[in-house]
Amino acid sequence: MNIQTIEDVVIKFAGDSGDGMQLTGGQFTNNTALMGADLATFPDFPAEIRAPIGTLPGVSGFQLHFGSRKIFTPGDHCDVLVAMNVAALKVNLGNLRKGAIVIVNTDGFDQKNMRLANAETNPLEDGTLDGYVVIKIDVTKLTREALSEIQMGVKEKDRCKNMFVLGFLYYMYSRTLDSTERFLNSKFSKKPDVLEANLRALRAGYNYADTTEVFASRYKVEAAKLEPGTYRSIMGNEAAAMGFVAASQKCGLPLFLGSYPITPASDILHYLSYNKNFGVRTFQAEDEIAAICSSIGASFGGHLAITTTSGPGVALKGEAMGLAVMLEIPLVVVNIQRAGPSTGMPTKTEQADLLQALYGRNGESPMVVISAARPSDAFDVAFESCRIALNHMTPVMMLSDGYIANGAEPWKFPQSKDLPEIPVKFAEPITDGSVYKPYDRDEKLSRPWAIPGTKGLEHRIGGLEKANITGNISYDAENHEFMVKLRDEKVERIADYIPLQKIESGPEKGKVLVLGWGSTYGAIQSAVNQLLADGYSVAHAHVRYLKPFPKNLGEILFNYDKVIVPEINNGQLVKVIRDKYMIPAIPFNKIKGTPITSAELIDVIMKNY
Amino acid sequence: MSEVAQQLTAKDFQTDQEVRWCPGCGDYSILKQVHTVLPQLGIAREDIVVVSGIGCSSRFPYYTNTFGMHSIHGRATAIASGLKAARPDLSVWIVTGDGDGLSIGGNHMIHLLRRNFNVNVLLFNNEIYGLTKGQYSPTSQLGKVTKSTPMGSVDHPFNPAALALGADATFVARSMDRDPAHLQEVLIRANQHKGTSFTEIYQNCNIFNDGAFEVFTEKASKKENDLFVKNGQPLVFGESDNKGIKLDGFTPIVVDLNDGHSKDDLWIHNENDIYKAQILVRIFDDPTVEGHMPRPFGVFYENPNRATYEDLMTAQLDAAKAKGEGNLDKLLRGNETWEIK
Repeated sequence: MNIQTIEDVVIKFAGDSGDGMQLTGGQFTNNTALMGADLATFPDFPAEIRAPIGTLPGVSGFQLHFGSRKIFTPGDHCDVLVAMNVAALKVNLGNLRKGAIVIVNTDGFDQKNMRLANAETNPLEDGTLDGYVVIKIDVTKLTREALSEIQMGVKEKDRCKNMFVLGFLYYMYSRTLDSTERFLNSKFSKKPDVLEANLRALRAGYNYADTTEVFASRYKVEAAKLEPGTYRSIMGNEAAAMGFVAASQKCGLPLFLGSYPITPASDILHYLSYNKNFGVRTFQAEDEIAAICSSIGASFGGHLAITTTSGPGVALKGEAMGLAVMLEIPLVVVNIQRAGPSTGMPTKTEQADLLQALYGRNGESPMVVISAARPSDAFDVAFESCRIALNHMTPVMMLSDGYIANGAEPWKFPQSKDLPEIPVKFAEPITDGSVYKPYDRDEKLSRPWAIPGTKGLEHRIGGLEKANITGNISYDAENHEFMVKLRDEKVERIADYIPLQKIESGPEKGKVLVLGWGSTYGAIQSAVNQLLADGYSVAHAHVRYLKPFPKNLGEILFNYDKVIVPEINNGQLVKVIRDKYMIPAIPFNKIKGTPITSAELIDVIMKNY
Repeated sequence: MSEVAQQLTAKDFQTDQEVRWCPGCGDYSILKQVHTVLPQLGIAREDIVVVSGIGCSSRFPYYTNTFGMHSIHGRATAIASGLKAARPDLSVWIVTGDGDGLSIGGNHMIHLLRRNFNVNVLLFNNEIYGLTKGQYSPTSQLGKVTKSTPMGSVDHPFNPAALALGADATFVARSMDRDPAHLQEVLIRANQHKGTSFTEIYQNCNIFNDGAFEVFTEKASKKENDLFVKNGQPLVFGESDNKGIKLDGFTPIVVDLNDGHSKDDLWIHNENDIYKAQILVRIFDDPTVEGHMPRPFGVFYENPNRATYEDLMTAQLDAAKAKGEGNLDKLLRGNETWEIK
């Protein structure tokens, strides 16, 4: 069979949440990364662990975009859809490119599955798929046949269906099975039957594709021309967890995580709890409040302390964040945003907690806010959050979101020696009997970190207003106003210690600036680069430091006729920009629990051009 | 015991801050007893941390010259948990009240107790909200008339000692502001215990709930109404130690020692007996009701054997490190990499 080389392709694996589509997608991603393509992924799964089988809410999907060119997003439309049942097809039909390849498991298209998916007619027969290349495979039957010699129940055998599909796609995209065989060998080393069944199903799928001529051509995507170096695949939450471990190593303080499980942040807790050999202490608290409070206690004790959560958890932590602002101790609060308000849509992405991060505490309570833009960027931002918290004795809010947290991309990971040291100096013991001044300050306006166990530094701090320098309780009117301004100035002064805002793509002066933050990075890059190639005067700037802003941000904004601010919310950064710089920034908002696509962005840029 | 710790006196634990509790508040006595006990513990001042929440009692850290944090309402227990997990070397004391520790901070309290961090909880119980000027608390008596309950409280009150034992506390005791010797003795015992010690201290709020514990603290009524328990000793009380508590099956009953009963018949207190401790803490009669049982004071229960959270946590870290200290470059590399040339 001939092999056709293509530049990039978007594949979506969709099935019942019990069909193992996330694992299948993850394996294909890993295999793709290892062959050197650039990629971006987007897992899209239901909130329920096992939603009713065969129904529309039960559909779990994994979208992968890979190519031999730079890939910025998981792709706007799918070129290939794997649909394990009627529901999976129905949910994803709207997102298919015309002429796309649709691989269906015919066993999932029987009367029962049609009923469960509320389909009156069978989409395989009613013309729904006219205009698509449909490959029909009875995956269930073929998998069972492949495993006929293995002594195990039908239910267990059916769990290997996803491996059959994976093998099929490996053949289709001219891959080898090595990476998944290694994975299975390691995962099922203690269950030889299950291992054998999965390996057989994987090979059966591969061989089936080889021997039956169900498609005209195999495909191949060449390795991408990425910057030379050693790469690995990385997901956002894993990157954040590693960023914290790295910061802990570089500042020489043990890492403490107080956390309460919440989607989509829990994976950071999971990763870090496996890093005890780095001295990482993870404390799964009884609730969100105890989670942050335990971290405040650990920070008071001299540890690098962080707490991880999502928006509802941040709401609960509000009062304690205020305490950290008042205590002026280092603390990193991580918000992996999800669609709100209230419980909202826990597994769907949104970036609607920016205003909560900036303003969501009682009183004048300024906190540093910085945001990750891509999965690998979560490493740098986690590291940077710790650096700022430690160097400036302040709580820092790190923002990420579900899209970054669960998305994967190739990462040219750093070497330990290339990461900067984070120097930390605790207050020295006092032996001459003089009184320690806990709210004395240095040129950064940060106060000393005096940890228990240090002679002569016994002191009391708390949430009540402090007298400047002594830290004693003060109700003095002048002092309160002074301290409010001081705490604000302390955070604003951090602008002297962060990089200037840069332009990601496009001219330094021009017609339109697209100003983004967070997970819209890839879509904006994609859109702006395409328009630049077509000769438009468009630029992209992406704000990592949201409080304080880089010192030159205002200057940059005035270099363009128009500033468009795309956000997956109802307009938040745009409010702050308008407020601070008094410019008529144009909002572009999408609040559907899904990422903004580059096509949508091109559309809005052109409308405002 | 360090040399410095040996030389310390109560005065060394006083701060330059003016104590601002109401004149006559029971907190003064508790502060004094703590300051008397701390120098006897052999712990250097800089190794002691007092963490409090919000409420009258929570002003305590400002008046004690150690490290201290006056935090937010109900969260002292959670903050102390993180501190102790990070720094097992420190002596951590939590000062809280019936509102701070059992109402807004009730959740953290039970979880602290079950985890068994080696910290000391001093719960000042005055059965009222003092700082907010007189609303009923979760320990106020049913029917209590307060600013927020003009027709009397319809909230059934907590029995703090029973709650603590229910949360699997490994040390549960009760004392009072008006009995300095007893309070000092209990505080020393609490500190000796490895694990979370929970000490409920009856404290009179002479402004909003004056005399709430009068019957237990005043000389005239104390003997008849208080039952001071001592390990290995029979449960005896009364004007001339003339009464005792006997177990009739699972039911404690009062017997008259002048009426044919001898001390040999009585319940012998065993601090390590969880079953009997659960009966003991349940003795919680309303002292105004005729024929009521006396209120127990002292150390009700101690389990010296349960591991502390921080020891278990440290052991896991040590075990993980024994298999190989973390290597950052190895972590960053992960399991699978590829080269782009």
